[in-house]
Amino acid sequence: MTIKAILMGAACSFVIAPAAMAERGSDGHLNIIYWQAPSTMNNYLSGGTKEMDAASMVLEPLARYDETGAIVPWLVDEVPTVANGGVSEDLKTITWKISEGITWSDGTALTSADVKFTWEYCTNPDGGCANSNYYEDVVSVDTPDALTAVVTFGVPKPFPYGPFVGGNTNIIQAAQFAECVGAKAQECTTENFNPIGTGPFMVDEFRPNDVITFKANPNYRDPNKPSFATVTFKGGGDATAAGRSVLETGEFDYAWNLQLAPDVLSNMEAAGKGKVISGYGSSVERIMVNLTDVRPEAGDERGTVAKPHPFLTDIKVRKALSMAIDRGLLTEIGYGATGKPTCNVLPAPAIYASSANDACLVQDIAGANALLDEAGYARGGDGIRAKDGVKLSVLYQTSTNAVRQDYQALVKQWWGELGVEVELRNISASVFFGSDPGSNDTFQKFFADVEMYTNNFSGTDPESYMGGWKCDQAPTPDNQWQGNNMPRFCTEAYDALVAEMAVTGDIDKRIMLAKAMNDTLMQAYVMLPITHRSDVSARSNTLEGVRMNVWDTETWNVADWTRAK
Amino acid sequence: MLTFTIRRLLLAVPTLLFISLVIFLLLKLAPNDPMAQVPLTVPPEVKEKMREALGLGAPIHVQYYKWLVQMFWIEPQVLIDHMTGSTFAEGKLRVISWQTRSPVMDIVVQRIPQTLWVVGMAYLVGVLIAIPIGIYSAYKQYSIFDQIGTFISMIGYSVPPFFSGVLMIVIFSVLLGWFPSIYDTTLVVDSWESFGKQLKQMIMPVMVLALQTTAQISRFMRASMLDNLNQDYVRTARAKGLSEQVVVMVHVLRNSMIPVVTVIALGVPAIFGGAIITEQVFKVNGIGQLLITAIQANDLPMVQTLTFMFAILIVLFNLIADIMYGILDPRIRYD
Repeated sequence: MTIKAILMGAACSFVIAPAAMAERGSDGHLNIIYWQAPSTMNNYLSGGTKEMDAASMVLEPLARYDETGAIVPWLVDEVPTVANGGVSEDLKTITWKISEGITWSDGTALTSADVKFTWEYCTNPDGGCANSNYYEDVVSVDTPDALTAVVTFGVPKPFPYGPFVGGNTNIIQAAQFAECVGAKAQECTTENFNPIGTGPFMVDEFRPNDVITFKANPNYRDPNKPSFATVTFKGGGDATAAGRSVLETGEFDYAWNLQLAPDVLSNMEAAGKGKVISGYGSSVERIMVNLTDVRPEAGDERGTVAKPHPFLTDIKVRKALSMAIDRGLLTEIGYGATGKPTCNVLPAPAIYASSANDACLVQDIAGANALLDEAGYARGGDGIRAKDGVKLSVLYQTSTNAVRQDYQALVKQWWGELGVEVELRNISASVFFGSDPGSNDTFQKFFADVEMYTNNFSGTDPESYMGGWKCDQAPTPDNQWQGNNMPRFCTEAYDALVAEMAVTGDIDKRIMLAKAMNDTLMQAYVMLPITHRSDVSARSNTLEGVRMNVWDTETWNVADWTRAK
Repeated sequence: MLTFTIRRLLLAVPTLLFISLVIFLLLKLAPNDPMAQVPLTVPPEVKEKMREALGLGAPIHVQYYKWLVQMFWIEPQVLIDHMTGSTFAEGKLRVISWQTRSPVMDIVVQRIPQTLWVVGMAYLVGVLIAIPIGIYSAYKQYSIFDQIGTFISMIGYSVPPFFSGVLMIVIFSVLLGWFPSIYDTTLVVDSWESFGKQLKQMIMPVMVLALQTTAQISRFMRASMLDNLNQDYVRTARAKGLSEQVVVMVHVLRNSMIPVVTVIALGVPAIFGGAIITEQVFKVNGIGQLLITAIQANDLPMVQTLTFMFAILIVLFNLIADIMYGILDPRIRYD
């Protein structure tokens, strides 16, 4: 070997070495486990979190939320605002400018036509699109040039980031899905399982409800990303097994949704193979109080505002029920470090969290008893309070779930100390959360006095969520028992706040309004929030770059995930 | 025998149709909603649209008729197309799963190998272990071997797989780290190394399932052997001066196998049904896991198709068991 050859070799290795450090695919294989397996890669046909997270490996929106809830540009150079001229003064149009040079994984360019097509695809009335609500009020999407998409709303939108922002509204390729619009959407199996995307990975093989294998997208915009060459996205089993595979055996790198008993989780983490990560979104476990009479004797008007509840319409009773609950203890038992006791139905994002109701964090059974005495409910011979022959006896329903049944048992005991008789009931989740208007057991029909479940909203803007407690949102026989206003709460003042928010663009005013709505609901005691729940996942110690995100998909920055050296 | 078989096969048609109707109606009557798993953040009117897109708005008899046509007319065409390359079924609507919006049969075909490998292998292993244990336990009745065999069968009968499976994972995956706790369904066996991997990931689920099969079959085998060992013909055989080995392994065993073979045949449909719990525990994701997830999601076409396939298999293997009975025992004739 000549000196020249040796020198050339040395020179080459110097050139190659730094590049190899951050080369695409240099970190080999990534193993992700979602114990509820994704059933499709097209999240427009599912609406489920698991499908959204899987789709997010491949498909991307124009902008998305980062882990702090801030909107960050993704396929665009900047997020349009009124200040930078991207949003019109009348709040009716928003103009997105797609970044130069973004291509689909098949090498063709991403254009505004794809953006327009995505809107048409999801809003087709026969398509059964699960995310069509994000495109509400959009009247047109115009494409003045290949990289500009102008979204026009029919009404002023103070928060115009519904369409094309966040993992629910990914852009799909017009060329691929052109034949899959409307009723055909359901039959396009190949397209739904193997969508072409702009994201860091592309589908290699999709096995519904079992496993997905991905490989790195050769046309991804950043030539050095993703650092993993292939990904296995495994489904099946249960949360315990998923947690074990990351935290105890180290077979997998990332496990999603580990809602496990606090001691189980901390025991697993003690094995030292991985870390539990969590983030607080807007999920709140709450008790809903029914303001209407649900006894069968109420006949056709059962469960409607026409028949008020015999005693829960008395705010003193509702307040006493709230005071008797020890939220801290319940949360400790049910969620440990992955939950926080709360007195607000809107505890996050932090800017919207009110501090006006924090008194509820302290249990006060004596005070609650005094309040009921004052309201005129006297204890009978059996220890149950009654007034004018009406006994304080409630039916308390929720879905079948070990933590919820623990909550029920404790709350029953505390309410028992107030002299309130409690009958407990739990209903299979697939029935309880179903919306069959023929079933009397759904959480919407709410044929019980109080019920408990968790709800949240997607994205960071609470406007439509808080709008769910307007008068006309109450489930009634006329609207086939649809709607989010389970307590059937109805005041003009609250409706006025909702209407005001719909036309207010200024963020400080919006915060004030959201807090006012939260406080109205809380101080009326129609909802008794208990626990602010976090999303819990686990990552292996060898996986770096994970930024747990509750405002978007958990896989939102999978392009940045790397293997620890 | 032939006329008997034909008669039974013809009778099976109305039986199966009736079964399919019962399954369909039961599923329809259940108050589950296929949209219940969709998060609460999706508004109800959107859910209603999704339901309509799935064809849920149609009247019950129309839905049932559609399923019958898809199952008995279009799916066979797809099969013929697949085998001969023809295009009978092109453009026709197949049985579509509500969860995945893809043809149910495609998913079933995808899942069958996993299930056959694990559950089928477990059945085979179970039977192979059970028969010698049964024979020896009966021959040496009340010996220590028999007592231990009885004890293990009791464990096999009474310990559920969600306990024994998790116990095995904790011991062999978490503490010892010998075997993977998660079954890799994408593994392709094309070398000795991948074969070794396949073997490693199959050991635990196969053993958990085989324990149950062993328990059941070995008890049958033992009881049947005991019945025969006391028969007159056994004494005659011994009196003729035949060796113990010939007496037990040829004369007694053959006669004892008659009921056992029936039991084994009747257990075969259960292989195709998969093992719901064991598949979940080891993440094998075969037919059993497919069925349970479909039930949880109220994916009616999937549940309907799967349960109906089980019904076909059960009817078929009952017939096979009856025929085998006749072949093994010349005294039994159906005509």
